[in-house]
Amino acid sequence: MTDLQEAPAVVPASATKRFTLGTRGWILISLASFLFISLIRVTTDAENLTSVGAVQSALKAAVPIALAGLAGLWSERAGVVNIGLEGMMILGSFGCGEVGQYHGAWGGVITGMICGALGGLVLALATVTFGVDHIVAGVALTIVAQGLTLFLANLWMGGQKGKSVPDVQRITINGFAPWLHHVQEKGWFFVSDLAGTVGGFVTQFSVLSLLTIIFIIASGWILWRTRFGLRLRSTGEAPYAAESLGVSVYWYKYVAVTISGAIAGLGGAFLVVGLNYQDQQTGGRGYIGLASLIFGNWRPAGMALGSVLFGYTDGVRLYDPTGEAMHAFVLLVSIALAVYAALQFRLAHRAVALVSAVIAALGLLWFAMTDTIPEQFVGAAPYVITLLVMGLASQHLRPPKADGHPYRKGSH
Amino acid sequence: MARFSLRSLGLAAAAPVGAVIIAAAISSIVLMITGHSPVDAAIGMWSGLGKTRIQISAINNAGAYYLAAVAVAIGFKMNLLNIGVEGQYTLAAMIAAAFAGARWLGDVPGVLRVVLTFLVAILVGAAWAGIAVVLKVTRGVSEVISTIMLNSIAGALIAYLMVPGRMAILDGNLKHTVDIPNDGLVGAISISGSTTPLYTLTLVAVVVGIAYALLLNRTVFGFSLRATGLNPAAAIASGIGAKKMAITAMLISGGVAGLVGMAELLNGGAHHYSQEFPTGYGIMGIAIALLGRNSPIGMALAALLWSFLGGVSNSLQSKHIPKELVTIMQGLIVLCVVIAYEVVRRYKIRLEQREVARALSDSPGSDLAEAGVTA
Repeated sequence: MTDLQEAPAVVPASATKRFTLGTRGWILISLASFLFISLIRVTTDAENLTSVGAVQSALKAAVPIALAGLAGLWSERAGVVNIGLEGMMILGSFGCGEVGQYHGAWGGVITGMICGALGGLVLALATVTFGVDHIVAGVALTIVAQGLTLFLANLWMGGQKGKSVPDVQRITINGFAPWLHHVQEKGWFFVSDLAGTVGGFVTQFSVLSLLTIIFIIASGWILWRTRFGLRLRSTGEAPYAAESLGVSVYWYKYVAVTISGAIAGLGGAFLVVGLNYQDQQTGGRGYIGLASLIFGNWRPAGMALGSVLFGYTDGVRLYDPTGEAMHAFVLLVSIALAVYAALQFRLAHRAVALVSAVIAALGLLWFAMTDTIPEQFVGAAPYVITLLVMGLASQHLRPPKADGHPYRKGSH
Repeated sequence: MARFSLRSLGLAAAAPVGAVIIAAAISSIVLMITGHSPVDAAIGMWSGLGKTRIQISAINNAGAYYLAAVAVAIGFKMNLLNIGVEGQYTLAAMIAAAFAGARWLGDVPGVLRVVLTFLVAILVGAAWAGIAVVLKVTRGVSEVISTIMLNSIAGALIAYLMVPGRMAILDGNLKHTVDIPNDGLVGAISISGSTTPLYTLTLVAVVVGIAYALLLNRTVFGFSLRATGLNPAAAIASGIGAKKMAITAMLISGGVAGLVGMAELLNGGAHHYSQEFPTGYGIMGIAIALLGRNSPIGMALAALLWSFLGGVSNSLQSKHIPKELVTIMQGLIVLCVVIAYEVVRRYKIRLEQREVARALSDSPGSDLAEAGVTA
């Protein structure tokens, strides 16, 4: 069993090396975008782009998306496409709301995770044991979760708003946080932006957000650096090869999808903690999480960046009532596209280069002709960006090879 | 031979019927756990069935469900999962409504106006689906993901267009498109005892169903569609252009999706598109196409089951059972039906293997063959 780690069929390193961005690449991209945002802030009047409040609100929006994306990462790495993320988040938010109002925040969070894990088990039963189409099972699971939570909420609360769930502990580093706030208000290029961003992390920082960051790093480590993770991923890349090496594919898939459900449940619970449970509180975040997973090429660092990006576009809205910051965002995306077009041109991918250049030009034109962007489009930004990424960079994307294929033991 | 086909017919029916029974059983367990009587629920639902108003609106809804299911099924036949029916039909209904209410259309005679409205809806639906399929054939983007994204983008686009001054007007608190004048509407049949009239445009669903059956079984395109869906490699080898097929199938699927909201728009009482326009048909269309196995008649039965279930949900309230029980049942039916089809498929394979094994063991010198079959 130990020599599985060297199994060449599982990790075709030479094939992927040229295309995939490493963690370092993602960090560089984030740094470049950050520099750009501070440049935009200095050149426009959108002073709130990196204020402590804006970063806090972006963080609050990014965490559930990141948890949904992380949940997707676990199940898709084991080859199970998880469209049921939304349903598992709904179950998680309901469980947290129901139990949390009586037994405290942590009781709610744990119940939410258990409820999500149960949803994961149902999906695993349908997709792994019965081998049905993953997408159909996920859609069905979401319908059932919606119906069940509405039914029980109606029954137990009679359509009334439940009591609110207490908040979890929040961390503020005394002394440091006010100082950062002070530096941020100076409006210096880059320094103030950095202070504002760090300030957002050390002011009223939810323990659950901290937990999310730990979970993302731990997941990356478990999935890519441990034997368990290698075997789990092997069931998503080449299940029959894994089977021939003695890996219990069913078991690993079950474990992965159940963990996926628990993490999605945590994402749902995050939305409820400190608030009331309401219908449709998840608001499609399961799907945005899926989008962040694809944006990040089925890798934890990229997924995290994707959810920060999507969370930022969502969270900064409150601090940007005139749409000015989002307007600047159009410029950012257009320039990124133009750079990409140039790169593709050098690689002789003429068609992609041309399409990217045209979209970039249209974006620039839009930026130049207008002063704000309509608020209705801000919410759609994650979806549009995902479509752009998938359309223009699909040759760089590499989902797990057996993702979405029903697997049946011994049928190969 | 006759015995075998009878059995295969039984097997075909076993899955959907079994799924509905299992879903009902699980729902009953949910009811019992929450302290209700399943018999009460059944009585409540049964009493709802007798009301004319519920029957009429269920038939109206069945038409929309059926169109959504056909749209999904055309994609399914080509191994394309069009989750985007939801976005396609809402966007189509909204733009068609704005078009039909447009003042510059004033002098156009009513019939032509209705025809043009239909055309706009079909084109918008097809165009929105077209984005997904172009991304698919040129860039290999999974249509599942792109149509999910396009659903949300359609929602944002509708919200943008539904701002007064763009394509909507403000009427009290409600933003809606300009009312369609009477000669741009289609008359509905009012039924005594029902506040909702019977939508005449439900006939469109019937026509589309017949066209779908003819398309599949009587045309070269339908043959190619089925062939590509069953075995893409063989189809490509025999000269069927897979890309062209995918584009055509998706455009037709989107076009049919564009029709989903038309009965509500042109027959319904609102005469305009607003935020109150019914949503959710697209997602349910997937469920109904699955339940009906993409068969024209099977989907019609499934659509009727779906709309009657939805219709009687309010009658549950009289028994103090939340009406969302029906949503649980619908979701469970989908989940159970796909599992049941898979179980039946496996059972059939085993049955065939046994049949072949028996046939071979009857003939002399079959040791080798039998070993090969049962392995």
